[in-house]
Amino acid sequence: MADASGTATAATSPAVAKVGAAAEARAVSKAQAPAKTIELADKAHTWPYLVRLEFLAGLIVMIVLTVWSIALDAPLEEIAQPNRTPNPSKAPWYFLGLQDMLVYFDPWLAGVVLPSLIIVGLMVIPYVDVNPKGNGYYTFKYRKFAISTFIFGFFFLWIVLIVMGTFLRGPGWNLFAPWDYWDPHKVVPLTSVDLSEFLFGIPASSAGGVLLGLAAIGGWFSLGAVFYIWKRNSPTMKKLGFVRYAIVAGLWLTMMALPAKMVLRIGFNIKYVLVTPWFNI
Amino acid sequence: MAENEKQSLKDKVFESQVWRSIFRHGYADTHRNRVLQVAGNVFLHLHPTKTRRHALRIRFTWCAGGVTFLLFLVTVVTGVILMFYYRPTGEHAYIDIKMLEFDVPFGMVIRNMHRWAAHAMVIAVWVHMFRVFMTGSYKPPREFNWVIGVILLVLTLLLSFTGYLLPWDQLAIWAVTVGTNMARATPLLGHEGPFYELVGVNARYDARSFLIAGQVVGPPALLRFYVLHCIFIPIAASVLMIVHFWRVRKDGGISGPM
Repeated sequence: MADASGTATAATSPAVAKVGAAAEARAVSKAQAPAKTIELADKAHTWPYLVRLEFLAGLIVMIVLTVWSIALDAPLEEIAQPNRTPNPSKAPWYFLGLQDMLVYFDPWLAGVVLPSLIIVGLMVIPYVDVNPKGNGYYTFKYRKFAISTFIFGFFFLWIVLIVMGTFLRGPGWNLFAPWDYWDPHKVVPLTSVDLSEFLFGIPASSAGGVLLGLAAIGGWFSLGAVFYIWKRNSPTMKKLGFVRYAIVAGLWLTMMALPAKMVLRIGFNIKYVLVTPWFNI
Repeated sequence: MAENEKQSLKDKVFESQVWRSIFRHGYADTHRNRVLQVAGNVFLHLHPTKTRRHALRIRFTWCAGGVTFLLFLVTVVTGVILMFYYRPTGEHAYIDIKMLEFDVPFGMVIRNMHRWAAHAMVIAVWVHMFRVFMTGSYKPPREFNWVIGVILLVLTLLLSFTGYLLPWDQLAIWAVTVGTNMARATPLLGHEGPFYELVGVNARYDARSFLIAGQVVGPPALLRFYVLHCIFIPIAASVLMIVHFWRVRKDGGISGPM
């Protein structure tokens, strides 16, 4: 074999070796049927054309990682002390978006239900996106809704909250500007009120307050129904079907409930929309 | 040495039974050898022998999936080395990390590499997901591979989170306390969650105490997270990675314009 590849190749295929796979594929395809032409011209040998790129990428990553690891030490604080809670206590940085949601929603929602819905929501994407366009190439034109929703959720509700949680949240989980000193004694007056108090001055736990809260949340999600009735005869809606639409609308409105609550909280100091004996929203 | 002596030595080596049993083909740049190089190598045969041209462009894939896998391998190798020096008990864990830092040759670099690779892996897996979304690569027939990818993303975060506790310092214990505190608000299953009384859970027996083996993040939680971090989650992630990579091929290779 060594002999064969050493001498026989030199005699028979220097052209192939020199010109490379691309030209070879083109030369072959010219002689064959048009259907096969596309197939061959579109492909390159994995060795060397792909493997060398992977090797290069791996090399770059390993060099950067090695230099990084020599230059920058992993943090190590004092030994764990269950009786000394640091202020602020922060989750690992990749969960700080979730921790920041605790400002706007109670733990059962911000810490359990919404994270689970993020995972479920990501998983159902392929089954509710019936748009056949943009499969395997970059396009915004044909996937405006899908891409804008994903970018909003990923960049604004995930990345931005992580950056905020990492750099701007100090002691007491208060907001600090990057140039501020993290004063552990900073006092932020808690003047927040519930929605029904803000609007009509009635306690949120009263019958009227609960009704108002239910109406507000029901109204938010009924936006999905209104949109359905409005667009029910459009080709997109016909194609999507009722069940898929209901899933998309439910998840979309749940996602958008976060910025909505942020506006209520930051802009109007509103704590709860709905108060019940079992849970608050 | 004469020319034909050189030739005969070359023949002796490359034609020997040992050499031929390891390398099945020559290295000359022929079409056949290029194909065999991939198909005849257990690691490279993850690839097809030919790749669609658009997939070679770094602008298309950003190489994010491959980088994620490489970083996973880095954490496996460095992690196994760290396991030689680390005991997951309340008495030893922190001291062992200090020993890694000051006593074990290259211990600090190995630990740094493990931690930074883990953080980088979290970022790389997000970038990979973003790229796959942007190219619409989850669309038929690749729907289920996207679902597996989401599970792998969650496992990556859990791997990183369970590892966060192991240095047993203030950063570790309080980050994990904050993270696992959420579990007590789980509806039905957490003792501070809505409708907990229907199930009858309490502080000693609920979703949180199941996670951390007690009511506070203490030595039992350390052992639990250690086993999850070093055995359970890596095996689960490895199995799913095998399926993930295999399905890329079975679903028609890397996505591209039809």
